[in-house]
Amino acid sequence: MATLGLLFGAATASAQEAGTQLMHSGANVRDTASLQRGAKLFMNYCSGCHSLHFMRYSRIARDLALTQQEVMDNLDFTGGKFHDPIVSAMPAAGATQWFGKPPPDLSLMVDEKGADYVYTYLNSFYLDPNSPVGWNNTVLKNAAMPNVLWELQGIQTAKMSEAKPGQPAEVEGLTLTRPGRMTPTQFHAATRDITAFLEYVSEPAALERHSMAPWVLLYLAAFTFLAWLLKHEYWKDVH
Amino acid sequence: MAKVFSPTWFNERAPGLKAMYRKHMLEYYAPKNFNVMYVFGSLALLVLVNQIVTGIFLAMFYDPSANIAFGGVSQAFASVQYIMRDVDWGWLIRYMHTTGASMFFIVIYLHMFRGLMYGSYKRPRELVWTLGMLIFLVLMAEAFMGYVLPWGNMSFWGAKVIISLFGAIPWVGNTLVEWIMGVVGGTAPSGATLNRFFALHVVALPLVLLLLVVLHLAALHEVGSNNPEGVDVKHGPKGNRWSPDAPKDGIPFHPYYTVKDIMGVGFFLLICAFVIFMAPRMGGFFIEHENFAPANVLTTPSSIKPVWYFSPFYAILRSIPAKGPGILALLVSIVALFLVPWLDRGKVKAVRYRGVGYKVALTLFVIAFLILGLIGAEVTPAILHGLLGPNIDLISWQHWIGWICMFFYYGFFVFLWAYTFFGWEKTKPVPERVTSHE
Repeated sequence: MATLGLLFGAATASAQEAGTQLMHSGANVRDTASLQRGAKLFMNYCSGCHSLHFMRYSRIARDLALTQQEVMDNLDFTGGKFHDPIVSAMPAAGATQWFGKPPPDLSLMVDEKGADYVYTYLNSFYLDPNSPVGWNNTVLKNAAMPNVLWELQGIQTAKMSEAKPGQPAEVEGLTLTRPGRMTPTQFHAATRDITAFLEYVSEPAALERHSMAPWVLLYLAAFTFLAWLLKHEYWKDVH
Repeated sequence: MAKVFSPTWFNERAPGLKAMYRKHMLEYYAPKNFNVMYVFGSLALLVLVNQIVTGIFLAMFYDPSANIAFGGVSQAFASVQYIMRDVDWGWLIRYMHTTGASMFFIVIYLHMFRGLMYGSYKRPRELVWTLGMLIFLVLMAEAFMGYVLPWGNMSFWGAKVIISLFGAIPWVGNTLVEWIMGVVGGTAPSGATLNRFFALHVVALPLVLLLLVVLHLAALHEVGSNNPEGVDVKHGPKGNRWSPDAPKDGIPFHPYYTVKDIMGVGFFLLICAFVIFMAPRMGGFFIEHENFAPANVLTTPSSIKPVWYFSPFYAILRSIPAKGPGILALLVSIVALFLVPWLDRGKVKAVRYRGVGYKVALTLFVIAFLILGLIGAEVTPAILHGLLGPNIDLISWQHWIGWICMFFYYGFFVFLWAYTFFGWEKTKPVPERVTSHE
């Protein structure tokens, strides 16, 4: 019976869900070079904590035009075999102790949240001394994750609004207070590559379906045309 | 031995087959004036076959288990991704199945609308309509249970909410919820629920569906097809090129309507292929984003809503802020459709010869149904903000629009009865015969 409360309460909850304005990712899963760069960044900066349980190293080699040697030398930091899925070496119990909860598997993150969400999230970390990990994020408030890309991006700090009575101060904007190894443009490109890679990981079949689509549609168009001719021929004698 | 597979050899041993083929194809005389609205019956059959064939292949690789495969992900959820990634052509088979489910409802809704438009539910076709409505009901159950199988977070919470609706039934409610869920206390669906939903989805309901489809077609072929003129060709003059006893304005289903329907199938498959290959999620309407997160009893989705094809009924359920009356309204909205053949006392079938009142009421009914669909799918907030600005009172706007739509939805049935019962309808003269075709 309590479940019905959920049902009728849902309308109000969704109406209030305003959320931050998301940036446009511009990620392109058909750009193989971008996917390769994204894979490299992901394996270097993300795979220490995040797994891709539904993605095999061998599939990455096949889809990203890489050899087994290239994948095993440059991308496999988890000690997995070539046909193994990408499973982070971080122990689950330790992760829960360090971050409060285990870092989520990212295999389907873009399917669930969208590419723009992931891209904006990666660009929206700021220094927050009140947070347990020292960082916070405008897209996912009180995220348990520190900004692992800080040495590339630099450090952003938040411009806070004046706290109104009874309400906490809100983030008005982020400013880069200490530059990193990349310029903002370079960093946007790098996070776009990571997003594209994760979008590919969400649905590797997308590459296949996009390349097949024109042929299937052309075939069906020809079929329909022939069917129309056939119908026309048969129906000549119906008056 | 050479004669073994000759037609004679076969007909002598299975005398019913040829007779059946003649009755339902070669010598089933359909009116010659079917328009495009008459293609959806064949298309529904096509989608049914697609669902069965793709479903068989999915069942070979899908694992209906809520046991954990790794870190909070069930084997059921993981097996769907296994199909999407490791099974050869698995992604295509699954997208054909998911797209097929949504297309099934599009086709069925249009098929039902055709019935309302041309009075196909009227005497002598009441049973055809009733059997069709039963198919619709079973299809809803089939679709709901199929939606639960990937065991995503929306599967889980959707199942919890929909099953708990049965809890509102007096006296037996809670027992019923326990019985459907297979969980003592009926608090939340579990692996037991997943297992029984799998059995029902792949064995029980498809069998019922197939039986009902056979009966639906048998009932139709007994009385003959209606047509856009609403004239019964069976009662018209006799004698055509094929038989002296057949209706003059009828043509054999095969080859005339088989070739015509194949053309329809071509158009339909073009649309389906576009979805399957270009946008299988249809922006989160055919496959919902929330369902890419595995079932989690601790994380409620930001809003629980069913797939788009249930959204008009879901909007009705939610428009009434009390559980009992809400469920009752939902029930009435479907039962009313069953009663249409007996609510409508009008003698004229086709909308083109009916009174203005019917045309207006049917149009409003369809618009109301569509807007209720938008409300149930939760796309109205964006539309209302776009139209009226960001500072409107969304809740009350949605509330009132929902109620107006429900007025026209239920109003259609009440009006239909009064309009025809008291003889207010001014119909146009119906022609004697079907004279032309498109």
